[in-house]
Amino acid sequence: MSDSAERQLTADVLVIGGGPAGAWAAWSAATNGAKVVLVDKGYLGSSGATAPGGTNLLYLPPDKEMREQAVASRMKQGGYLAEPAWIHRVLDQVYTNLELIEKWGYPFVRDENGTPMRDHLHGPEYMAIMRKVVKRAGVKVLDQSPALELLVDEFGVGGARGVSRQDDLTWEVRANAVVIATGGCAFLSNGLGCNVLTGDGYLMAGEVGVELSGMEFTRKYAPSPAFGSNTRSRLLGWATYYDSDGNEIVGGRQGDFLAEALLKGPVYAIMNKADTPEKQAFLRKSHAIFFLPYDRAGIDVFTEPFPLTLRYEGTVRGTGGIRIVDDDCSTTVGGLFAAGDAATRERITGSASGGGAFNASWAICSGTWAGKGAAAHALSHRQSAATRDLKPAGRYGLGGVASSFENVVPSQELIKEIQDQVLPLTINYFRTEQGLKQALHRLDNVWNRVNSQTPQNVREQVRARETAAMAATARWMYTAALSRKETRSGGLHGLAEYPGQDEEQQHRLLVSGLEEVSVRTEQVPVSGVAVTAVAATSEEVQAG
Amino acid sequence: MIEVVSESRCVSCNQCVSVCPTNVFDRGEDGIPVIARQDDCQTCFMCELYCPVDALYVAPDSEQVIGISEQEAEQQGLLGGYREKVGWGKGRKPVASHDYMYRLSLFARF
Repeated sequence: MSDSAERQLTADVLVIGGGPAGAWAAWSAATNGAKVVLVDKGYLGSSGATAPGGTNLLYLPPDKEMREQAVASRMKQGGYLAEPAWIHRVLDQVYTNLELIEKWGYPFVRDENGTPMRDHLHGPEYMAIMRKVVKRAGVKVLDQSPALELLVDEFGVGGARGVSRQDDLTWEVRANAVVIATGGCAFLSNGLGCNVLTGDGYLMAGEVGVELSGMEFTRKYAPSPAFGSNTRSRLLGWATYYDSDGNEIVGGRQGDFLAEALLKGPVYAIMNKADTPEKQAFLRKSHAIFFLPYDRAGIDVFTEPFPLTLRYEGTVRGTGGIRIVDDDCSTTVGGLFAAGDAATRERITGSASGGGAFNASWAICSGTWAGKGAAAHALSHRQSAATRDLKPAGRYGLGGVASSFENVVPSQELIKEIQDQVLPLTINYFRTEQGLKQALHRLDNVWNRVNSQTPQNVREQVRARETAAMAATARWMYTAALSRKETRSGGLHGLAEYPGQDEEQQHRLLVSGLEEVSVRTEQVPVSGVAVTAVAATSEEVQAG
Repeated sequence: MIEVVSESRCVSCNQCVSVCPTNVFDRGEDGIPVIARQDDCQTCFMCELYCPVDALYVAPDSEQVIGISEQEAEQQGLLGGYREKVGWGKGRKPVASHDYMYRLSLFARF
């Protein structure tokens, strides 16, 4: 990017990302007295995995026994890599915030006793409300303005730079605190709302030396129509599955059976467990987005077979992300915070998927905490970020360094090469040491060429950066996966060579580095005790 | 993927240009938005939801362009169908205020 941006703004807090986590972070920072700018690649209200669908929430009334039970069950399911204190924190915070959402106008249904049913949010409705609330709080929102790189000095992060893709100009926002809320990485696999999730925030964090945690817990695919994008599969609980000869394939929505069946050939489903007109009518009303693609394709899902596939969901329903080191979701670099799927969700989900309920509540809570923490950090600064000697931190996929015309690599070619290593069930679902080693080798090869992209316009610039982010994310994922020589509870990571859960590996894995990726282990913090890392094999990063 | 912008229905509010998460549309010289980057469409249906006059049609196919015309979409009654189901638009009750999801969780299996 050129040295001076065409649009320059100064704030206390910059929030990168306009999904639920970013919206909550921006609201929270503004409510805590900060001047806030939120930038989103797309549009605050429609961007991300939540907006086009609906989401369940981890939400329990303040009933001690009920909550203790939920926490104990999650600890086991999550391979004991979560922390009870953090799950309790989320349960407390989300209860408060959902009361707020109702106050802001979300029409929660009440049961026969008048108790509001706050365990589900309809995506479009929820995010439309969040947009209003964020703007009302005084946040300046820049839509269609992807961030490309962070700004740093010796004190830490101080803003970011990017492009306004509909005005074709560059922007720079200086802020003493930055919240990365860019979501996870789903590798352009066409899951509902997920193509904006390309790991951009991971790369930005990686470039300033922040580690990522839990990147091995990324073996997550969602059923969807083979022809379409709808990865919301709850209603498939009413389906029976068939092979192409019409023989029934037995299995549930979870587990390996669908992946195994798809290796053998096409899989079809019929929603024939909803076997009365009343049930069918009810399901139709409850889940408009599920039926939309089938209706439009002219398929009666209750009587006719429809082809299914599995779409890779990466860290969106996996749990890995930016390592956070304190209650305010701060990272190891000064002024940098992470929230939502951009952050690791291990602290509340361990090795199990947060897809569905946990991630939605995590977005609300981590956003709220990160926003508040960022506001406090920024407001404690004496110096405005405008006067800091900040430098752009981006090093990869920003174009302009291909040594000769012959070396130019189109982004599309690299994206295909990345997808070839990340999307196939044979590599990423049925993980083996040999398979992952080979894939990682090929991804290293892609990485060596990310700076040979030469974007010619704003669209290509964003794509080139996304390509670098996906390549980095994939390398971190497989490096971590190869380091966890076991199969841990939750189903998000396993190696065929190591089928059991190994007590010795009841720790977290932190990855870092871009040229060379390194891994180290971190003991799961005991509640109330500061995070400590052991067996350090990489240099300690700059502390905030 | 997005297939149709109905010129006869469009009121040139450019909401679709603003809300598309993957920036598929460009503002048209005549005021009617243009599908400029169809390949980037992620088939999330958000543009349809935000279109105040039901002028858009997103085909269910996320993997390929099917090439349906405005006339065909109109004849098959496809324009505006999703917004109606979600209960957005004047005089409609948003799906969020119905108890369907609550009942669905009560009847995990009928």
